[in-house]
Amino acid sequence: MSQPFRLNKEGLINRNKKISFTFNGKKLFGYEGDTIASALIANGIHLVGRSFKYHRPRGFFGAGVEEPNAKLQVEFNGHSEPNVNATEMELVEGLSATSQNCWPSVNFDIGAINNFLKMFFPAGFYYKTFMWPKSFWYKIYEPFIRKAAGLGVASIEKDKERYEHKFEYCDLLVTGSGPSGLASAYAAAKNGAKVILAEDKPRFGGTLLTDDVSIDNLSGKDWAEKIITELKSMPNVTVKNRSQVFGYYDHNMLVMFERVSDHLEKKSKFTPRQRLWYIRAKETILSTGSIERPIVFGNNDTPGIFLSAAAKEYMKVYGVLVGKKPLIFTNNDSAYETALEFKKNNVEPIILDTREEHSSELIDEAKSKGIDIRFSHGVIVANGYKKVKSAKIGKLNKDKNSFGKIETVDCDCICVSGFWTPSVHLASQSGNKLKYEEKIDAFIPDKKKQHETSVGAANGSFTLEESLKHGFENGSNLSAKITETKTEISIPNVNEKKYGAHDKFWCMPLPKNENPKRFVDFQNDVSVSDIEIALREGYRSIEHVKRYTTLGMATDQGRTSNLNGLQLVSNIENKIVPEVGHTTFRPPFTPITIGTIVGREVGMEYMPTRKTPMHEWHEKNNAVFVDAGAWKRPRYYKLGSETLFEASKREAKNVRENVGICDVTTLGKIDIKGPDAAEFLNRVYTNAWMKLPVGKARYGLMLREDGIVMDDGTTTRISENHYHMTTTTAQAANVLSHLEYYLQIVWPELNVNVVSTTEQWAGAAIAGPKSRDMLSKLYPDLDVSNEALPFMGYKEAEFFGVPSRIFRISFSGELAYEINVKSDHGMFMWEKMMEVGKDFGNQPYGTEALSTLRIEMGHVAGPELDGRTIPSDVSLNGLVSKKKDFIGKNSLGREAFNVESRQKIVGLIPIDRKSSIPEGSHIVQDQNAKLPNPKLGHVSSSCWSVENNNPFSLAIMKDGKNMIGKKFFAVSPLKNKSIEVEVISSHYVDPEGKRVRS
Amino acid sequence: MLYIKCPYCGLRAQKEFSYGGDATVKRPNINEEVSSEDWDNFVYMRKSPRGKHIELWQHIAGCRQWIKVQRDTATHEIFQTAKVTEEIR
Repeated sequence: MSQPFRLNKEGLINRNKKISFTFNGKKLFGYEGDTIASALIANGIHLVGRSFKYHRPRGFFGAGVEEPNAKLQVEFNGHSEPNVNATEMELVEGLSATSQNCWPSVNFDIGAINNFLKMFFPAGFYYKTFMWPKSFWYKIYEPFIRKAAGLGVASIEKDKERYEHKFEYCDLLVTGSGPSGLASAYAAAKNGAKVILAEDKPRFGGTLLTDDVSIDNLSGKDWAEKIITELKSMPNVTVKNRSQVFGYYDHNMLVMFERVSDHLEKKSKFTPRQRLWYIRAKETILSTGSIERPIVFGNNDTPGIFLSAAAKEYMKVYGVLVGKKPLIFTNNDSAYETALEFKKNNVEPIILDTREEHSSELIDEAKSKGIDIRFSHGVIVANGYKKVKSAKIGKLNKDKNSFGKIETVDCDCICVSGFWTPSVHLASQSGNKLKYEEKIDAFIPDKKKQHETSVGAANGSFTLEESLKHGFENGSNLSAKITETKTEISIPNVNEKKYGAHDKFWCMPLPKNENPKRFVDFQNDVSVSDIEIALREGYRSIEHVKRYTTLGMATDQGRTSNLNGLQLVSNIENKIVPEVGHTTFRPPFTPITIGTIVGREVGMEYMPTRKTPMHEWHEKNNAVFVDAGAWKRPRYYKLGSETLFEASKREAKNVRENVGICDVTTLGKIDIKGPDAAEFLNRVYTNAWMKLPVGKARYGLMLREDGIVMDDGTTTRISENHYHMTTTTAQAANVLSHLEYYLQIVWPELNVNVVSTTEQWAGAAIAGPKSRDMLSKLYPDLDVSNEALPFMGYKEAEFFGVPSRIFRISFSGELAYEINVKSDHGMFMWEKMMEVGKDFGNQPYGTEALSTLRIEMGHVAGPELDGRTIPSDVSLNGLVSKKKDFIGKNSLGREAFNVESRQKIVGLIPIDRKSSIPEGSHIVQDQNAKLPNPKLGHVSSSCWSVENNNPFSLAIMKDGKNMIGKKFFAVSPLKNKSIEVEVISSHYVDPEGKRVRS
Repeated sequence: MLYIKCPYCGLRAQKEFSYGGDATVKRPNINEEVSSEDWDNFVYMRKSPRGKHIELWQHIAGCRQWIKVQRDTATHEIFQTAKVTEEIR
């Protein structure tokens, strides 16, 4: 089990702990601290996937977040995740990774035929080809594209992992722990600021881990460790690794994705897998560093071609060689450090430098070490299909557009460096308009819109000295403004190698008669010729070029491709890059899991559950619950094998014949107090309220200002200046806000206070012809006669020793009462009622029976008060006062509300007296009419009338009042039903309302 | 997510508030005649400016007070917040 590409000692991995894993079924091992990528490369495996469009073999290209190719399907800790970045995912015991986008295998992929048909797959291919014929889209094109495209496969198993959200506030958030980030965090921490330092990788230090530098006579790595250790010991500092700040939102809200336990073999039950941090920072330091960009050349996507800094990172961090015969292809000095690192590990590199022969500290060092350097040279095309075998290299003429000598050299990897691109994503997301910095051929942040400051490489400073200085200065100054403390810090001495100027060279020309693919965007397979086509076809805006070619649109967001794409467009258009501009950077910077976004808001925790004080009793008595907003309400109480239909019929019938009790705790309750309470109610409700006596309840209707009914309910005058308002369960919160709006903004002169008391009272309705008999047993000492407690009457009395309120109100249309006791006594009340009710045939009833009772009485509820009806539509115009003003009154005069054929509530019964009419059915004249069949109305509520033993529905119908006695069809294409119906009055039972007054 | 300074409670996350529309609209006085044009303007007509906008928010998950917020509708910048009884210019 040797690892042919593992160095003997280099690296920061733990060689004492081996980790086994599999790749495409093959058993392999790596070490603790490896990523999937470093472990595979150590094992000599480079072919890991197939490209998106042409299914070309692809290998690793980067060593971190910039990776465009190595996206794997990974199974670990019992779940399967697609599109995992192999260069970021840490190795854990038993992990199993497989290649994506290939069939039947990564070595032999049938889709690769696209590569040979590439002349048929140019930019815009899908747009052009799959347009015609239109009917082919759903059945042929779309399924085909779906099968051919896509990367990994999302798991269809339930995600058993735990995810968390965390809200945090700080003075300074530092994003990235490279030299400038460490310096900023350190300076701010010393000033006493509350600091959060976030590092995306497992190890802190950024480039300090890989660069050959020293700070205060410590190696970069040791200095980073020293600073981190000190930061961790400070109580005002939070230091987080494996944490990617991926989004910069309004008002300095940043969102961070923390990989808490993916790298752990074992964890406790309550350890989340990942955590989402919402961080509100007073100031933000963006020390996000920079990403190396490639130089474009022929077949530059062949496995074995790496970014030069990635090759160095594999050696220095993981002790892994990306190859043993490296070609280094560069336009700048930084790749010389990679060459020197190879040399240090006894590997002989060849450097191809696009610049003419010159001298610099690094070049001189490479020369003195005897490294083969070829100036004015570049790679024309890489040879090899599944792995680089050799490269055709050429001497560039002075014009850099033609070649002198061309030759082929053997190599097993090509490390390419086209200079550095600052990571400006977060700055751009914050609203910072970027500016183009000619000196480095890249965009850097410009004027800020929010409290952000970019430092170090993210701001285009590529020397350690400058990065540290900016870091210390900005960290200190920004935090001092907040903490008003300034601790002097001496900036450490730095020893680093001086770089010479880079070459503004980004794409190799092609010799005559050669036409290999030159990729700009690896992940989406966008080549130079694709961009040329887009421009030839007239796309000018860079945003359009992006969408037409898909350049920079993949999960890597064009981290290695955007600038080369811009260079290409600029060259062809004869513009300079800043004129072309850049595309918009949007969050998230890196893909994050859906689980993290959702957090704990799943299943039971999706929303709060509200339970009434009697909930447990309902549960024990076989209640089947229904959601009413956040409330759980008993829908029916199941006896034996009863169905919903049977149970609700039984319960409703029992109310009509004997007595039933219903938990009405969920109704909204609002306490209203103040000397102007009556005046306020008079303005809020459509009917008159000034003369309601103490001890009486009244039904009220409230409108919105546009005349539409908002809610209905009863309000009771408890004492002179004290009212108790009830609202429907659904509108409780809205009504309270509505009342507060008028009291605080419109009529602040009214001396009235409102407060929700929904949770304070438990309520039970007692309904049915025997309800008074039952009530008299519940209140043996109280006169509950029709005279003493008439319809809409109110009394306060002790209920077996606890205070209670008795309202004689009815929703069922029967003789009925509602008892309220304090919530703590709710269960006591309910159980007493069940006990006492036995003698009267009492049964509890749920919302289904409740609906049946109110529908056959023609009482309106939510389905009728649907935000489209005015009082006369639902036959409540009797409640609309003509004498006084109220909210919405002026709107009732609108012409459309007063036309003769205005919609109105009606009742419907099926002609056959048997067929239930589905709610939502449309009422039409002719069921066979040509579509669109004119709609005359809709069915709002349906029930089985227990009184008449046949189906009955309420409907809102055009010209409803003139339709009584006529016949129509209620059609429901959804349920595939068409029922002949007759229009009758909406008051099907007890139209005179005798029972409630009996 | 916006960060809104409630004049009663201090800086709070947007999650605690609900939006209430244009704060400059004045309801016609109760019990007074109003032309249908004025009424329609009050009920339906709202400007949708790009830039500064004075609007109502209610601190529903806090003190339940309605407040005024002067916000830039394009950038979300908040210039000023005030009690509803106070003026924002």
